[in-house]
Amino acid sequence: MELLAFGKTGWGDELFYATLMTIAVSVTAMFIGFFFALIFTPLKLSKFKSLNIIGNFYTTVIRGVPELLVIYLFFFGGSGAIMYVASIFGYFEYIEINAFITGSMAIGIISGAYSTEVFRGAIQSIDKGQFEAAKVLGINKFTQFYKIILPQMLRLAIPNLSNVWQITLKDTSLISVTGLVEIMRQSYIAAGSTRDPLFFYCFAAILYLMLTYISMKIINRLEIKYSRGY
Amino acid sequence: MDFDLMFTSFPKLLGATVVTLKLLSASLFFGLIIGLLFAILRLNKNIFINKFAYGYSYLFRGTPLLVQIFIIYFGLGQIEYLRSSFLWVILKEPYWCAIIAFTLNTGAYTSEILRSAFQTIKPGIIEAGKSLGISNKIIFYKIQIPIAIRQSLPAYGNEIILMMKGTSLASTVTLMDLTGVAKYIISTTFKPIEVFIVAGGIYLFMTFIIHNFIKYLEKKYSFSQ
Repeated sequence: MELLAFGKTGWGDELFYATLMTIAVSVTAMFIGFFFALIFTPLKLSKFKSLNIIGNFYTTVIRGVPELLVIYLFFFGGSGAIMYVASIFGYFEYIEINAFITGSMAIGIISGAYSTEVFRGAIQSIDKGQFEAAKVLGINKFTQFYKIILPQMLRLAIPNLSNVWQITLKDTSLISVTGLVEIMRQSYIAAGSTRDPLFFYCFAAILYLMLTYISMKIINRLEIKYSRGY
Repeated sequence: MDFDLMFTSFPKLLGATVVTLKLLSASLFFGLIIGLLFAILRLNKNIFINKFAYGYSYLFRGTPLLVQIFIIYFGLGQIEYLRSSFLWVILKEPYWCAIIAFTLNTGAYTSEILRSAFQTIKPGIIEAGKSLGISNKIIFYKIQIPIAIRQSLPAYGNEIILMMKGTSLASTVTLMDLTGVAKYIISTTFKPIEVFIVAGGIYLFMTFIIHNFIKYLEKKYSFSQ
C-alpha cells in the first residue's frame, strides 16, 4: 500500500494525474470524433456516389486497420506533415507537436469512424415522414437538421455512442507508446522503477474498470434523460 | 511518395503477416473453446457459477487489451512460485503470453456473443425436442449449439476482425508481427505514410477476406433455405 502513497514516497499522486490525463485524452478524442462524424455522416448519406465513396473509404479503412498502426502513423508522420504544410507558408524551422495533441488526434479519428457509423444508423432509422413533414412545413434544411432530426437522432444514438466511448477509453491506453503519461505509461514507469509490474499493472486494470463503471452509470442517466416521453 | 520503399518493404511485411495470422488463429481457436465454456457457465442456474462467469467477462471487457498483455507478460514473471513451475516454459515466451492474453480477451467477448445467442433460441424448439423424447444432452449438442452458432455468426465475424486488429498489440511485447515490422521500418526510414499504406493494405485485405467468408457462411447456413 505504501507504493500508492501520495507525495514523494509513493506513486499515488502520479497515478491520480495519469488517470486525469486518460480522461482528458478520451474526452478530447471523443469530441474530435464527433467533429469527424459531423463531416463524414452527411457524405455517407449523400445522394452523390463520389461523396459516398469518400465517406465509406474513411470508415472502412479506419475500422479495418489496427489502432496501433494509426497511432504510429500519427506519431512518426504528424510533425512531418505539419512541417510540410508550414513550409508552404514559408516556415522552415523544426516543429514538434505535443504528444497530447497527436494522441488525441489519432484516437479521435478512430473514434470518429465508429461515431459516423452510429450516426448513420440513427439517422436512417428515423421515420421518413419526419423529413417529409419538415419539407411540407417549409422548414429549411439547416433548421430541419438541428431542431427535428438531431434531437431524435441523439436518443437513438446514445446507447451505441456509449459503446464508442468505452472503445475510445480503452484505446487511449495505446497512446502510451508515444510517451504521453497516462495510466498505462505511468504504470510502466512505476513498474520499471519499483520492479513490481504485477501490482502496478493490476492497479491500472482496476483504474480502467473504475472509469468504465463510472462512465456507464453516467451514460445510463443520460439515456433516461433523452428518452423522456417515450 | 517513395515507391521503391513500398516495393522493398512488401515482402518483409508479408512475412510478418504469417506471425499475425498464427497469433490470430491460435487465439481464436482457444478463445472459442473458452467462450463456449463460459457461455454455458453463464446460463447455469447456480448463482456462484453464474457470477464467476459474469465477473470473468466483465473484467476482460472492461480493461484494455494492452493492460492484459502487460500483466501476463511482465506481471506473472514476478511470482516466484510460477517461475519455478513447469508453466514458466510457456510464460517466459512473449509468443505464448500474447496468445494467452488474446485467448482470454476474445474468450470473454465470445462468451457474451454465444450467451445472447443461446438466450434467443425459441423455447418452442427445445420443447419440441423434449416432446420427441430426445435426451437433454442430445438436445444441447444437436439442436441448441448449431442454432446458437448460426445465430452468433454476424457478431462473431466482427469479433474476428476486432481480434485481428488486437493482434497488433503483440508488437508491444517484442514480437515482430505485421505492426511490429511496420513500426521497425517506419522508425528506420522515417517514411510513415508509405509503410502505412502497405501494412494497412494487408490488414484491409485480411478484413475483406474475413468479412466475405462470414457472409458466405451466413448465407450457407441461413434458415430460410
